[in-house]
Amino acid sequence: MLSAKTTRRDFLKGTGILIVSFSLPSFPRAAFAQSATAAKTVALDEVDAFLAVDAKGRVTLYSGKVDLGTGTRTGLTQIVAEELDVPFSRIDVIEGDTLLTPAQGNTWGSLSIQVGGMQIRQASATARQALLQEAAKRLDVPVAELIVEQGTVRSRSGSKQVTYAELIGGKNFSLKVDKQAPVKDPKTYKIVGQSVPRYDIPAKMTGQFTYMQDFKVPGMVHGRVVRPPAIGASLQSVDESSVKDVPGLLKVVRQGNFLGVVAESEWGAIQAAQKLKASWSDWQGLPDQSKLWEYVRATKINKDDVTSNVGDAEQALGQAAKKISATYDFAIHTHGSMAPSCAVAEVKDGKVTCWSSSQSTHNLRLQLANMLSMKESEVRVLYVDGSGCYGRNGHEDAAADAVLLSRAVGRPVRVQWSREDEHGWDPKGPPTLMDLQAGIDAGGNVVAWYSQLYIPEGGGGNVKLVAAELAGLPFEKAMAPGNVIQNTAIPYTFPNVKTVAHRLAETPFRPSWIRAPGRMQNTYCNECFLDELAAAVGADPLEFRLRHIKNDARGTEVLERLGRFAKWQGRSSAKTTGGEVATGRGVTYVKYELTRTYLGAVADVEVNRKSGEIRVKRFAVVQDCGQIINPDAVRNQIEGSVIQTVSRSLKEELKFDRSRVTSLDWASYPVLTFPEVPEVDIELIDRPTEKPWGVAEPPAAIVPSAISNAVFDAVGVRLRSVPFRPAKVLAALQSA
Amino acid sequence: MPKTIPLHVNGRATRVTVDDPEMPLLYALRDNLGLRGPRFGCGLGQCGSCTVLIDGKPVRSCVTPLAAVEKKSKIVTLEGLGTIEHPHPLQQAFITEQAAQCGYCISGMIMEAAAFLARTKNPTEAQIKQALAHNLCRCGTYLRIARAVKRASVSA
Repeated sequence: MLSAKTTRRDFLKGTGILIVSFSLPSFPRAAFAQSATAAKTVALDEVDAFLAVDAKGRVTLYSGKVDLGTGTRTGLTQIVAEELDVPFSRIDVIEGDTLLTPAQGNTWGSLSIQVGGMQIRQASATARQALLQEAAKRLDVPVAELIVEQGTVRSRSGSKQVTYAELIGGKNFSLKVDKQAPVKDPKTYKIVGQSVPRYDIPAKMTGQFTYMQDFKVPGMVHGRVVRPPAIGASLQSVDESSVKDVPGLLKVVRQGNFLGVVAESEWGAIQAAQKLKASWSDWQGLPDQSKLWEYVRATKINKDDVTSNVGDAEQALGQAAKKISATYDFAIHTHGSMAPSCAVAEVKDGKVTCWSSSQSTHNLRLQLANMLSMKESEVRVLYVDGSGCYGRNGHEDAAADAVLLSRAVGRPVRVQWSREDEHGWDPKGPPTLMDLQAGIDAGGNVVAWYSQLYIPEGGGGNVKLVAAELAGLPFEKAMAPGNVIQNTAIPYTFPNVKTVAHRLAETPFRPSWIRAPGRMQNTYCNECFLDELAAAVGADPLEFRLRHIKNDARGTEVLERLGRFAKWQGRSSAKTTGGEVATGRGVTYVKYELTRTYLGAVADVEVNRKSGEIRVKRFAVVQDCGQIINPDAVRNQIEGSVIQTVSRSLKEELKFDRSRVTSLDWASYPVLTFPEVPEVDIELIDRPTEKPWGVAEPPAAIVPSAISNAVFDAVGVRLRSVPFRPAKVLAALQSA
Repeated sequence: MPKTIPLHVNGRATRVTVDDPEMPLLYALRDNLGLRGPRFGCGLGQCGSCTVLIDGKPVRSCVTPLAAVEKKSKIVTLEGLGTIEHPHPLQQAFITEQAAQCGYCISGMIMEAAAFLARTKNPTEAQIKQALAHNLCRCGTYLRIARAVKRASVSA
């Protein structure tokens, strides 16, 4: 180890590429330089892939996981600081650069800390172990007699010391990540477990932060895309004279059905995109929205995924004394990022460089290379923070747009989508439909649970790029809605259980994962139906859940603590208060993916019988996500995830006609506003000696069911269709 | 024909040269003057990300044509309130409350709140929420934002 090969710093200086890295106190820091030299390792089993120490003792963390606004950059830095014993302020972070960072997988699934952070922890532990061994040699003191403070190794007696900079500064570790390298005892933690303030926040609060939307490179010009007025329309003709008077217009770019404009100024590009006259073929390939669920039910099923099968649910249903069935649905949703997607690309000398807010820069590199029939090694994608994406939104598509436009004009091009582009063309969370049936025996026991989900086939692959498809270039044809069958199986023990996902051959819009894909929709269906069963047998819904969680101490503890935290008062039926405004409480529970983070929640709602409006007053949440790296950051994520999902539950629904999305702004796709926000009270169960689990996605899973169950308590009707718009509430009240 | 328009931004007289005086103020601030505080969110005046102060009033710069800005008007963006080293009480309150996730909407929240606190002393929580009713946040940091504005109203 510690060989004197080309260093990362030299390498960074040699790439000639603008890198945005993060350090204290002055960041973002941009570095330009000259000619390229050797390659830095990005191999997942190499310490050098993750960490570098320079001659001054500054540490650089190279993370394949990126901070999507959730604070993981701070959390990962805490992990490195803790494990390496270096000050938090002495660590810089470079994220999501395909040339420099290891491919740790997409930043999705609330796995940045749980998976990415643990890879980084082990690399740091390996580095620390090696540094201690080297120090032992240099100081002639046994490792057991050494301690590390602030990046300096010293003997316990204090007589001898050597710094990390002296040991490794500017050199490679040349060391495999050692899975056995000892990590610190959580009892000794000084930085992990503390609410360290996020270090991106001061710059974000003062206008000194570089968002993707702020990012510039020399010679950059501005592009805009002109999308078809109908999703599947073909471009028939373009009248370039319609934009000849736009100042600074450089080019109208047309390739197949891909149409865009490039101008010297941003406003020039916007005007050109608005004024450009083009004629398109008619296309009306979307289903009738008023018959969406019939369409979903009639869609060809390509295969069935049986996600759990205990006993014989179908037979037990047939023999049950009482049978209960219900159908739940969850509308098509958009990601709804506050900033429309943006990217900068430069295609030059047979190479592509692309700056993007993609949550999957490594996969995007592959997609861009495929689109252009280039080698992956000729494409580099660098992450720059954007606004929150909550899944796979339009970032990757804007990147592909920028690449095509740059290739056409031979200059770096920035593409900023409009609000209409984002609402209209980002991929969507697909429509979700679930049929549920349960059997109850003469003694009031649930003897069978049988659910059938209707959802597009596919998992979490690469979502096809709009530009590639429009331009007639190669793209991946398989649908990638995310792993949407998660949490179809249930965390409760009944004698006969079968959960099936019917995987559909098609869905109206290009699908992708929105936050907590499938887990949110499926948990909604399951937890509402479970509530229906509790009511059917006259059981308190919290006690009923506890009764059926078997052999799961952590799940049981979450629900027991929730009962105390929310001051839950047992009940055997809906209380259905009278008057125009009724109040109710609903309880819910999830064990995320049945393998990790536990959450229980109680929602307090008001239902206006006259207007049909629901006000969510308060959410009480108890969460066990294992070891907590940063408690305040965890709370921030839970609050945000709950509030975003209250918005999805009450308000959100994509609107479309037979040709296109018609909910193209915040008026037609309303989201929760300030006066409608509930209080969110949180109790965290910290388990320092357990693995850290995902934090931000799991709370999304519990929100819709808690609200629906609370509405039942308030007015005695079940809301089985998200969003719970007033018209649906009124219809349910009238038919009750 | 390019036209030069004088502007007074963050305490300084400056000028921008543009092809089209109907161009929204947002692009002059961002692209001509290199400011990052005002942000493009919708271009429709719906989300509030682009909010700046003009003579103390919150304005959606994405739908305000340059030509509509009075010569004498004083424009203030997030950068004009304070810096990391010397933050405005609102900026400090947002930092203290950790009132951001992605933070993209926060510039607009702070500018809207600055105008609100200038005309409302000791606001209630309900007043704060109403004042910010037309500023959208997708990450769901509303509760922290409300706490930060409350904190600033006390410290200001």
